[in-house]
Amino acid sequence: MPVFWLFLCVLGLAVIGSVVGRMRALQSAGGDSRKLHSLPNYYSANVGMWVITPAFAVLLVWLLAQPLFIDSRVANLLPDTAVSEDTTLGLVMSDVRRVAHGLDLAVAQGEMTADEARTLGPDDGDLRERLAGVGVALGSSVSPEVLRAAQDYRQLNSAGAWMMTIAVLVTAMAGLAFGVSKSTRDFRARNMVERGILAILIFAASIAILTTIGILFSLIFNTVEFFRIYPAADFFLGLEWAPSFSGRGGASSLGVLPLLWGTFYISLIALLVSVPIGLFSAIYLSEYATPRVRAFAKPLLEVLAGIPTIVYGLFALLTVGPLLVQVFGDNTVGWMSGGTAVITAGLVMGIMLIPFVSSLSDDIINAVPQAMRDGSYGLGATQSETIRQVVIPAALPGIVGAILLAASRAIGETMIVVLGAGAAARLSLNPFEAMTTVTAKIVSQLTGDSDFASPEALVAFALGTTLFVITLGLNVLALYIVRKYREQYE
Amino acid sequence: MTDASMDQTAPRPKRSLHVADDRTRARRAAEKRFRAYGVAAITAGLLCLVVLIWSILSNGLPAFQRTVVDIEFTLTQEQFDEAEKAVLKTKVYTDFFIASLTRQLEDQGLEVAFDGKAVERLMGKVGGTLRSFYRDNPQALGRAVSFELPAASRVDRYFKGTFSRDGISEGNRFIQVEDLDLADALAEAGIIRQAFNWEFITGVDTGVDNPGGAGIGASVLGSFMMMIVVLVLSLPIGVAASIYLEEFAPKNWFTDLIEVNISNLAAVPSIVFGILGLAVFIQFMHLPQSAPLVGGLVLTLMTLPTIIISTRASLRAVPPSIRDAALGVGASRMQTVFHHVLPLAMPGILTGTIIGLAQALGETAPLLLIGMVGFIARYPETFLQGFEGPNSAMPAQIYNWAARSDAVFTEKAWGGIIVLLIFLLSMNIIAILLRRRFERRW
Repeated sequence: MPVFWLFLCVLGLAVIGSVVGRMRALQSAGGDSRKLHSLPNYYSANVGMWVITPAFAVLLVWLLAQPLFIDSRVANLLPDTAVSEDTTLGLVMSDVRRVAHGLDLAVAQGEMTADEARTLGPDDGDLRERLAGVGVALGSSVSPEVLRAAQDYRQLNSAGAWMMTIAVLVTAMAGLAFGVSKSTRDFRARNMVERGILAILIFAASIAILTTIGILFSLIFNTVEFFRIYPAADFFLGLEWAPSFSGRGGASSLGVLPLLWGTFYISLIALLVSVPIGLFSAIYLSEYATPRVRAFAKPLLEVLAGIPTIVYGLFALLTVGPLLVQVFGDNTVGWMSGGTAVITAGLVMGIMLIPFVSSLSDDIINAVPQAMRDGSYGLGATQSETIRQVVIPAALPGIVGAILLAASRAIGETMIVVLGAGAAARLSLNPFEAMTTVTAKIVSQLTGDSDFASPEALVAFALGTTLFVITLGLNVLALYIVRKYREQYE
Repeated sequence: MTDASMDQTAPRPKRSLHVADDRTRARRAAEKRFRAYGVAAITAGLLCLVVLIWSILSNGLPAFQRTVVDIEFTLTQEQFDEAEKAVLKTKVYTDFFIASLTRQLEDQGLEVAFDGKAVERLMGKVGGTLRSFYRDNPQALGRAVSFELPAASRVDRYFKGTFSRDGISEGNRFIQVEDLDLADALAEAGIIRQAFNWEFITGVDTGVDNPGGAGIGASVLGSFMMMIVVLVLSLPIGVAASIYLEEFAPKNWFTDLIEVNISNLAAVPSIVFGILGLAVFIQFMHLPQSAPLVGGLVLTLMTLPTIIISTRASLRAVPPSIRDAALGVGASRMQTVFHHVLPLAMPGILTGTIIGLAQALGETAPLLLIGMVGFIARYPETFLQGFEGPNSAMPAQIYNWAARSDAVFTEKAWGGIIVLLIFLLSMNIIAILLRRRFERRW
C-alpha cells in the first residue's frame, strides 16, 4: 500500500476512534456530559492522539530504516565478482537501484507483467532497451548479477512495504483499542491531551536547535572530508586561489586568503559608505527632525532594507558599474577597465546597509536618557555639542555593536558580490580592480557540478565554515556589546 | 550667592547680548554645519532610493511592451490549395503575404520595396505561421483574419530606442539598414505598433534564439509553490515554538539554548542555509534537486527565526489581565493560551508572517546552491510536479537572465524585478492594512 494511502487509513482510524471514544465516555457518564472529568472533545482528541502518534512513529522509523536494511541485505547477496576493480560497491548498488526502479516503471506502464519482472533472466531480450523505453537510461548493459540483485531488491522492497503496512495498521488499531478502553468518565482526558500538545510545542521550539545542528553537521562533515584530501595549512595560509576545472585533473591551489581579503575590502568600503550616512541620518532623525519629517523619512529609508539583494546585484552590475566606468574609465582617468570591481560592489552594499545602520543606531540613541541631554543643555551646550560630547559617547558601545552587526551582514552578503564584484581572486589594494569574495566562490564552486567528492566542490564547505565562524563571532560580540550597553541604562 | 564671593577684580567686558562674539558665532556655525551633515545624510540615503527606483523603472518597463506586426490577411480556398500543392509550401504562403502587405502599404500611399528575406528578418518565419494557422482553422479561409505577430527582437529594441542603425554591420544576417527603413514605413502605416507583452507575464524561459519571447510565468509559479511550503510549515511551527517559549518554558538551560540558537540563526548568512539545504536535504535525504519543495524547506528554516521573534512580540503584547481572567474562571493554561491569548495575538502574528514571507520571496543565494537556476522552458504538468519537479523561482530567474550576455535578457531581468517588487509591495501593503485594521492597543 503506498505511504499516502496508509497515511489516510491511519487518519481514518483516528476519526473512527475519536467518535467511538467520545461515545463510550458519554455512555459511562450516562449521557450527561457534566459528569465527565473533561469536555467530551478532549476524549475524542485523546483517542485520536493514541491512534496517530504511535502509528506515525512506527511509519517514520520504518521508512528511515527499511532502505538501509535492504541495501545491506542486497549488498551481502551480491557475489564478490559483481564488484570488479574499476567500480565500487556504491556504484554497483546505484545500478541495482536504477534497474529495480526501471522494472517498477515497466510494470506500472504495462510494458511488462509483474511475473515477467520477477523471473526475467539475463537472456530474455535486451533489458537495457526495454528500460530505456520507459524512461530509465542505463549506462551499460545489465549484468546478470545486477539483474538478480535488482529482482531481490524489488522483492525485499515489496515484502517490506507489506510488513510496514501491517505493522502500522496494527499499531494504530492497538492505539485505538487502548484509547477507547481508557475513555471513561473519570479519565483525565484534558490533562493527557494537554501534555501531548505541550510535547508538540517543545518539539517545534527545538527545531531551532535542530537547524543549528544541521548547519554544523553539514559544514563540519564536509569540511573534514575536504581537509582529508587537501592540507588545511595550504587552505588557511595559501596566497593563491586557482581551482582547476573539475574533471581535468591537475592540482588546484585553494588558498582562502585572497578571498578573505576581497571580502574584507568590499565590506570595508560598504561600511565607509553606510556608517557615516546611516549614523548621521539616525542622529538627525532622532535629535533634530520634526515628527512629520521623521514619519516621512524613516519608512522611506527602511524601504531600502526591504528590497531583495538580487535587485541590488542587478543595480551594481548594470547601473553602478557602467556609471563608474564612465567616471573612472579609459575615457577619463583610466583607473577602471570593467564595471565589476571592488568599489562597485562596496558602494551598492553600502547603500543596502544604510537603513540597517540607521535604524539600529536610532534605537540606541533614543535609549540614551533624556536627563543626560537636559544636563548638557543646562550647562549651556548647543544641541550639536550635546550630541557630540554627551549623546554619542554614551551611545558609543551600542553604535559599535550596530556597526559590527552591519559588518557581519556585509561579509555574508552574496548576490551583490556575485554580480558586482567580479570573479578573479587577487590580493590587491586597488579598489577599481575586480576581486572576489568567500560567498561568491561558494556559489561558483557549488553550482552546476554535482560531483561532491572533488576538492574543488568540497572547498565550498570549508569556505562556508570559515564564513559561519566569522559571522557568528561578530554577531556574538555585537550582541554582547549591545546587551551590556542596554543594561547600563536600564 | 553673596557679594563677597563675587570676583570684582576683573571687570567683565561691556558687550551687548544682541551682538554675538566670535566664539558664539563659531559655535552657531558648528551647530548649523552639524545639522547640515544630518540633512545631507538623509538626502543622500533618499537619493539612493530614488536612483534605484528610477533605474528599475526606466530599464524594466520596456519589458512589458513589445513590438507587434498587426496585419489583416485574407487567404482564399484557391490560394490555399495552390500553396498546399507547391513544393516549397511556406515560400508560397510568404509570397501571398508579401503581396497582401504591399497592397496594404500601397493603399496608404507608401511605396517601399522588400522581399521575403526582409519580412523574415522583421517578423520571423511568417509563411510557417500562416500555414499552420490555416491548416488548423480551414473555416477561416476566404475571410479576413487579423494576425498579431511579434516583431524580431532587434526591431523591438529599435523601436524602444536601445538599438540603432549604427549597430548594424555590413552583411549582418539578423538585420540590415533597409529593414529598419521598412519597419519605419510599417510603423507609419500603423502596421507595426507597441502592445502589452502578455507573454512576458505568462510565458516561460526561452533560449538565445528567441530572447524576446522569454517570460517569467513559470518562475512566478515556482516562487508561489515555495511560498506555499514556507507558509504551511513556518506558520504552525513558528507559532508553536513562540507559544512554548513565551507561555510555558521554564527558565532553564534548555530554554536558554533555544533562545541563543534563535537569535544566532536570525543572523546567519543566507548562503549558509543554502549549504545546509544542499548537504542535508539533497546529499543526505536524497530529495529531488531544483525542486520548489526543497527550496521551500530551506526558506522555512531561514524565515523561522523572523517569524518566531515577531510572534513572541505579539504574544507579549497581550496584557496579563486577559490570562488572569481566563485562569480565574477555571480555564487550564493551555485553554487560556489557545482560546484567549492566541486569537488576540493573531493579527500581529499574521503581519509578522507576511513580512517573513516577503523576505523569503526575495531570497536568492540559497536557491542557487540547491540548483533552482536551471533552464526551465515548461510549466509543471501536475500539481504535485509543481512541488517536486525542477523549477526556478523569480529571483533565481532574474539572476539567470542577468548572467546572459544578450541585451534583451537584461531588459527581461529588470522587468522581472518589477514583477518581484510588485509582489513584495502588495504583501507589505496587506501586512500594513492588517495591522491598521486589527491591531489593538491595550
